[in-house]
Formats: sequence, C-alpha cells, structure tokens
Amino acid sequence: MSRFRLLALAPLTLMLGGCDFVVLNPAGDIAVQQRDLVVISTVLMLLIIVPVMALTVFFAWKYREANEPADYDPDWNHSTYLELVIWAAPLLIIICLGAVTWMWTHLLDPYRSLDRVTHEQPVAAEVKPLEVEVVALDWKWLFIYPEHGIATVNEMAAPVDRPIRFRLTATSVMNAFYVPALAGMIYAMPGMETTLHGVINKSGTYTGFSANYSGDGFSGMRFAFHGLDEGGFEKWLAAVRVEGGALDRATYLELAKPSENEPVRRYATVEPQLFRLIRDRCAEPGKMCMDEMMAIDASGGLGLAGINLLQPPDDKGAAARSALFGPKATAVTGICTTEEAMAARQTTSAPRPADRQPLLGAGLPRPPFTSFTSPKIDASLLRSLSGT
Amino acid sequence: MFENIDLTKLIFGRLTWDAIPIHEPILVGTFAVVALGGLMLVGAVTRYGLWGYLWREWFTTVDHKRIGIMYMILGVVMLLRGFADAIMMRIQQAMAFNGSEGYLNAHHYDQIFTAHGVIMIFFVAMPLVTGLMNYIVPLQIGARDVSFPFLNNFSFWMTTGGAVLLMMSLFLGEFARTGWLAYPPLSGAEHSPGVGVDYYIWSLQVAGVGTTLSGINLICTIVKMRAPGMTMMKMPVFVWTSLCTNVLIVATFPVLTATLVLLSLDRYVGTNFFTSDLGGNPMMYVNLIWIWGHPEVYILILPVFGIFSEIAATFSGKRLFGYTSMVYATVVITILSYLVWLHHFFTMGSGASVNSFFGITTMIISIPTGAKVFNWLFTMYRGRIRFELPMMWTVAFMLTFVIGGMTGVLLAVPPADFVLHNSLFLVAHFHNVIIGGVVYGLFAGMIYWFPKAFGFRLDPFWGKVSFWGWVLGFYFAFMPLYVLGLMGVTRRLRVFDDPSLQIWFLIAGFGAFLILVGIVAFLIQIVVSIARREQLRDTTGDPWNGRTLEWATSSPPPDYNFAFTPVVHDNDAWWDMKRRGYRRPLEGFKPIHMPSNTGTGVILAGLSVVLSFGLIWYMWWLAALSFVAIIGVAIAHTFNYDHGFYIAENEVVGTETERTKLLAASGVNA
Repeated sequence: MSRFRLLALAPLTLMLGGCDFVVLNPAGDIAVQQRDLVVISTVLMLLIIVPVMALTVFFAWKYREANEPADYDPDWNHSTYLELVIWAAPLLIIICLGAVTWMWTHLLDPYRSLDRVTHEQPVAAEVKPLEVEVVALDWKWLFIYPEHGIATVNEMAAPVDRPIRFRLTATSVMNAFYVPALAGMIYAMPGMETTLHGVINKSGTYTGFSANYSGDGFSGMRFAFHGLDEGGFEKWLAAVRVEGGALDRATYLELAKPSENEPVRRYATVEPQLFRLIRDRCAEPGKMCMDEMMAIDASGGLGLAGINLLQPPDDKGAAARSALFGPKATAVTGICTTEEAMAARQTTSAPRPADRQPLLGAGLPRPPFTSFTSPKIDASLLRSLSGT
Repeated sequence: MFENIDLTKLIFGRLTWDAIPIHEPILVGTFAVVALGGLMLVGAVTRYGLWGYLWREWFTTVDHKRIGIMYMILGVVMLLRGFADAIMMRIQQAMAFNGSEGYLNAHHYDQIFTAHGVIMIFFVAMPLVTGLMNYIVPLQIGARDVSFPFLNNFSFWMTTGGAVLLMMSLFLGEFARTGWLAYPPLSGAEHSPGVGVDYYIWSLQVAGVGTTLSGINLICTIVKMRAPGMTMMKMPVFVWTSLCTNVLIVATFPVLTATLVLLSLDRYVGTNFFTSDLGGNPMMYVNLIWIWGHPEVYILILPVFGIFSEIAATFSGKRLFGYTSMVYATVVITILSYLVWLHHFFTMGSGASVNSFFGITTMIISIPTGAKVFNWLFTMYRGRIRFELPMMWTVAFMLTFVIGGMTGVLLAVPPADFVLHNSLFLVAHFHNVIIGGVVYGLFAGMIYWFPKAFGFRLDPFWGKVSFWGWVLGFYFAFMPLYVLGLMGVTRRLRVFDDPSLQIWFLIAGFGAFLILVGIVAFLIQIVVSIARREQLRDTTGDPWNGRTLEWATSSPPPDYNFAFTPVVHDNDAWWDMKRRGYRRPLEGFKPIHMPSNTGTGVILAGLSVVLSFGLIWYMWWLAALSFVAIIGVAIAHTFNYDHGFYIAENEVVGTETERTKLLAASGVNA
C-alpha cells in the first residue's frame, strides 16, 4: 500500500525535477551563503513548528467529543511549568536565530567587499573587484564597465571567480536589481547610489531582472547575465568593442526615454563620469548636479539668489508632468560645467564658511529687504559641534 | 480677461468622454452586469416600498448591532470585487506564456493588482474586523451601545464612502497603477499624471477618517462602559484584542493620513517631499507608509486571535488556557508591532546593523505569537471538542498559520530576505497569514456569532463546502507560489518567458477556483439558511453553550441589549452565571434611555465623496461647494438636541415576556 502511495508522488517529483530552483541552487558564493541561511533558519524553526502541528492534530483528534474515555477537565487553565515551556521554547529558538541573523547580516551585507570567492578559496590580495555601474531605466538595464570603457543594455557578463562590485542607481523610479544565481537583490533608486558585491562561480547564462514593480514595461525588464571564463570574458569585451557604438550623453538621453522589451545593445565607448551624472541627476546638459547642490547648501546656500537659477520649463511636456498648482517641471541651472566641477572636486574640497554667524549664503551679502535678524547661535556650541 | 477660460474645463475639470472605458470590453461587460444588478436592487426596493424602512431603520441607525451588520455586508460585497480581481490576475498569469500576452494589457493588469491589494485590506478585512468588533464588543462587556453612537454611524458611512470612490474608478477614469502602497516616484505627478493615484489617495483618506474615529469610539467603549465587576483582567480575550487593535488604529492611521497628505501636496501643489529632484526623498515615503503599514497587519490579526480564543474555549467546553499570558502576549505584540517596519525593505540598502536590529525585533514578535498558539493548543487539551464549523476553521487556522509564521520569520532574516523579497514566496507568505489567519478567523467569527445577530444558525452543509473550498483552495493557490518564489520568480509580472513555470500558475489558478467555490458556497449558505431559518432557529440565545456575556441575552438581542446590566464575577461571565444557577429577573423593569437615529452621518459621508470626486477630477467649484456644505452640515448637527428617547417600561416588559415564553418553550430554565 505504502509503495503505491509513493508511486502516486512520482509525477510531483518529476515536476519538481524539471524545475530550476535557482534560489536553492545558485551559482554564486553570496547566493550560496544566502541559500544556506534560508535552510538553517527553516530547520531551526521546524524544530518547533512540526511538534506544534503534530500536537494540534493529535489533541484535536484525541479530545473530540465522541471520544468519551478521554480526560475532560473543564476548569484546568493554568500550569506554571507549561507556561514556562510555552514562552521559553520559542525564545530559545529566536535566541539562536537572532545570533545567526546578527552575524550573517553583517557578513552578507551587500556593501561589504568580498573576502572569499568560494568557501575554500579566499580572494587573492592582488585581485581587484570588477566594477560594474548599473542604471535602471524605464524599462531596461544599462551596465557600464568603467574599467573597460564599455557599456551594454540588457546584457552583462563577468568573469568566473572574480568578485564584482556593483554600484547602482536609477533614472526615474525605483527598481530592484536581482540576479538570483549570483546574489540577493538590492534596490536601484533615482538620485541615490546603492552597492552590491557578488561573485559568480560557475560559467553559464543566468537570468537577471527587476524585482520591484516599476510601471508598464516592468515584465520585460530582464537581462542575461553571462558568467564567462577569463578567455570568454576577453572575447566578449572584444566583441562589444568591435560591434558597439558610442554612448555619449545625447545617446544616453535618447536611451532613457521609456521603452519596453528592449533588445541587447552594446557600446564600445562611454562618456566618462556618465554614471555619476545620472546618479546626481544632471545628465541633461546645463542642469546642476545634486552633489554640487548639496555642497552649496551645506555651506549655507545661495540665499534668494538661488531662485534665479531655476530654468524655465524645458519643454511642452513639462506642464503635463508637473503638479497642478506647483511650479512647472523645472531644473536648477548648473553654475559650472561638469568638467569644471570635476576638476574642482579633484583639486580642492569645497570651502566651508569660517564664520557661520549669522548663517548666510556662501559669500553673499544679506538681502536688503529682510527685516529680521537671524537668531544668534552660541559660537562655543557651534565650535563644539564642529569639533574645532 | 475671461476669453481664455474654457467653460467645459471649468465645469468638468479633466473629466472627458475619454474617461469612460468603452474600449475595454471586460469593463463594459462588468458595468452592464453591475448596472443591471443595481437597477434590479433599486427596483425591488422601490417595488416593495422599502426606502423609508431602510433609511429610518438602517442607514440612519446608531445601534451598534445594525452598524456592525452593515459593516459585514460592505466587507462581503467588496470581497466579491477583490476576489474578481484576484481570479483575473491568476488567469492572466496562467495564460501569459510562450509569447502570449495574456488577455490583459499592462494598463489594465497593473490597476487590477493595485485594486486587489487596496480592496482586500481596506475594504474587506477592515470592515469585517470592525464590524465584528462593533457588534460583539458592547455585548461582551454588558453595555447597551458604544460610547458615541452617532460617531459610529458616521465612521461606517465614511468607510463606505471610500469604497464608493474606489468602485467609481472602475467605470470612470482609472485606478492607481502603482501597487497597493503607491510608492513614489512612481505615484508622483511625473510618473502617474492620471486620476488613478488621486482616486487611491482620496478613497483611503475618506475611509481612514472612518477607521480612526471608530477606533477612538471602541477604545472609549471598552475603557469606560464595562459592566460592574468586569475589571481589565476579567475582560473576554476578544475585548482585549479589540482594545489593542483600536489603540494601534488610533496611533497609526494618522501616520497614513499624514503620509498621503504629503503625497497629495507633491501631486497638487508641487512640493518635493518624495520627488527625486529638488531635495525630495522617496525612501521617506516608504518608511512612513510602513510605519502605518506594519501595525496595520496586527490591526487585522489581533481581533482574529481574539475570535479564535473565544471559539477554542467554547467548543472545547473548557476555560481558555493561560488567560494572563494571552493578554500579555497581545500587549507585547501591540508594542512590538511599532518596532519592525523596516523589515519590509531590507533590500533598500540600510546598513547591516539597522537591518539586523529590525530583523531581530521581527523575530521577537514570534515569541508571544507562538505562546498564543500553544495556549489554544492547551485549551483543546483535556477538552470536549465539538467540531462545529467555527472549530473546524480554528483547527485549520492553527495548522495553516504556523506555516505562514515560519515563512515570515524566515523573511525576517535579512540575507534570506535578499533572495526572497518581492518574490512570489513573499506573496505566498502574506496570503498564508492573511487568508490562513484573518480570513479563516473572520469566517469562524461570522459563523459563530451569526445566530446571535439573526436568531438562527447557518446551514452546516454549505458551511462545510465553503470551508473545504477555502482551505483546499488556499493550499492549491499559494503553495505553488512558495515554489515559484524559490525559483526566483518575482511578483506583479504580467508575462513570463520561461514555459516550465506555467504548470505552477495553472495549479495556482485551480486553487483560486476552489476558493471561488468556497465564496459561492458561503453565499449559498446564507441564502439556504434564510430559507431554512425555522429549522435552524435558536430560541435560547445561547446556541453553542457559550461562555461570555453576549450569550446571556436573546438572539437577536433587543435594541437595549440587556434589560438589566449584568454583574460580572469571573472571566467567563456567562459560564460562571450559568454554573451558579443564574435566574433571569422577570420584574422590576425600568424605561431605558437610547440614542436617536440621525441622517447626518450619511449626509457628511456623501458630501465627502463629492468633495473627493471634485478634487480627483479638478472640478474646483464642486470641491469648494461640497467642502462648505460639509462644514455647514457639521455645524448644523451641533444644534441637533434630539439626543435620545426612552423605551417605555411596558415595551421592555413586552420584549422580556416574549423571551421568557421562548425560553420556556425551548425548555431552558429561567
């Protein structure tokens, strides 16, 4: 009888066998460790879940009304020992799980650079991770390889066993970058940068996609992730260099327009600093970069003069994209060109006002029509805050 | 000066003929059915001259029992809409393989999954939970009504107003295409310029007013109106869980309101709270919405825990095991539910320390929850378990919910969440706890208390069909989603490119049809029970041999609930009274003061719907007018001095004599 029962399960195993449980059987070391954690946590919890389920069925059956001989104790409602067990058993499991969580959350922090390629192979001292800059666009993925000066759309490749460091951002809305075979996901968000580390251990082609709904074309936001050996990766790079065009800011702005189910595109050259421009939301020429804006604000802001930097609404579509009663979609004009800003960044750090009292625009005169005076800030407090 | 003004635009705002979706055959068909059904209903009500009765006895009622029943009807009606969305999604996902686009375009599909989530949480689970609390809590604490009866009526109609707005979006314009929490920047003016997100915002705002006020009302009721002798630690567990839920409501719904206000400011006046440019930060919205959103989960599940506690004790014929630890577990869950919101977005890139803090606080919640499960388990231990429908739902809950709890704790481990977040595993998890917890509990509660509300039981045969449809349907529909999640399949996808996945979606679709059977059987159960009500009649008021005070009065209870306020000596007050040979007083009745009905709640909620409609479609004159009208009606209501009336002594005597006869006929002493 039991043999036949097992036979009845055969189609199920066939069905399961035909499937690719990529989360349980990944090809990258980070994902493997995450899989292990899934398994460890599940086993830890089954220690308590299975007895509870068994007891539920057992008690429900044993104390059914029809079972006259079973004990019936209508007033029994307290037992200190039992209460102790009831609270202590889950507590012990959670203490174990909590310790595991604390440790592995730190070890598998996506910002943490890798120290091993597999569990038996540490990262060699001279190996630098492959840098890949990822941009989520509506609705496709752009990958920039700063080390090689190339870029691709909806396709990426990485050499096997070399750590990869992703820097991610997005152009318009939130997405999540996820290659299940490689490592867990991380959000890619406009105006922000997140980081993810991973390594692929087996060559092959894996699927990557957006795991956070981002609008109409979301379903088609998929890409192939090629894990290649060293030679294969060089070949792939060469192929991109041969067949690819150039990705400059104009091409990028064209690419950034919403489109669905984009084919693979390859670019042999990339405008330098493109990722930074996208992240700081100033890929459009003439727009002030966010880091520049923040630096200005940190040193006191431009005061009312800043208003003059608002650009007139850029195109006819701006009205449709703006809030009803608000200012029409606009941008802040950059004070210096990108190149100047880059040069400035490399040479000096932004000057901070020596005296913040009263807090005014950086080097700007007090506007003549303000009638009130700024509240006086205790200079000693300020000094103690700034640590000087 | 006025030559530039477009008169049509001034009157109709952005409402044009294009807003009516005649190009969507599915919507046209739905509209035809809804319109036909609506006309038939209106026709029938008119034919039988019921408008006056409905208005006087139901719409304007301030009786907590009738308001509770109206909440339940609202929840069940909206369940049909929410489930229609669910089954459309299941069919789309089962079809869209091998190059097929399925039968829904992105514009339609994205609205459906958004509407499904919003409806199921706000307009199914919330009304059903609130309805049960409204009906049962005053009875369980021996009160004649809630603290603020008019406010109760107003709360109900505001909730209904939100539902009306949401339903309107089906046939006029569109609903949000953003997912049920409308994360910006996708929900901002730039990426969602249409009326969809505005419908979302205003329907939640209007319903949110109702929910918050009803929370305040029930807290006051529980704190101030308990029968003499019922100290806090003698309250039934359902009252305890209702108290904690309403504390959560009052503390968190204002956060939702504020968050949506900020989003509307972004959309209407061009502020930059959540935009990507000019200093906005969408992550702030995600934090704020989950500071409301996570406690919301406990708002739904806590009362249901209370329901299961009542049912487990009643049908095991035994005192609830560990009452004190049950109460403390509830309170601990209430407090901890504020400290876990970040686990909804571990993948947003917070540092490891932040992530592990929120992961561990989440796990800690499973300790009191686990204690609760053990308490129900040991309530059954050495009991005499009667497997009536409510108890069947309870056992199904205990077996199903622990699975959902386990996957929940798994998702609380941040690195594990990195591989499972936003996947169908997550979808399976929260349906596992919401269906296996909240829905099972609501069905258990509805069946358990139905005889109290209507005086007859629900038909057990159709109840069992419904039970098995739901339970099997749940496993067929959601276990495949766990499997798909482990294959790395993400949620909200409209088309798939891997044909090997299709079989799992077909199984899930089959499960959805089983659930459909469960829902249809539930509706048949109600119809059949009404037809057979004489056989199913309960004349005792205590059909299940109950333990708490609601079973001490007749079924359905008289308007005044209790002719004499009961005096409580024990946790299971009614069980204790029965055991000590309680005899119902047969004389000494006095006139009873009751609050008067008022139509102000309906009017205010109706005006709020009109105001929202004006704001959604930019009909400023309409918005201004209805806003002024709301203020006017509210002020006018303060001059309504008709606070109440007395039920005359002979009327009370008549009702109570009737009950005495019924009890004598059914052979119950007293």
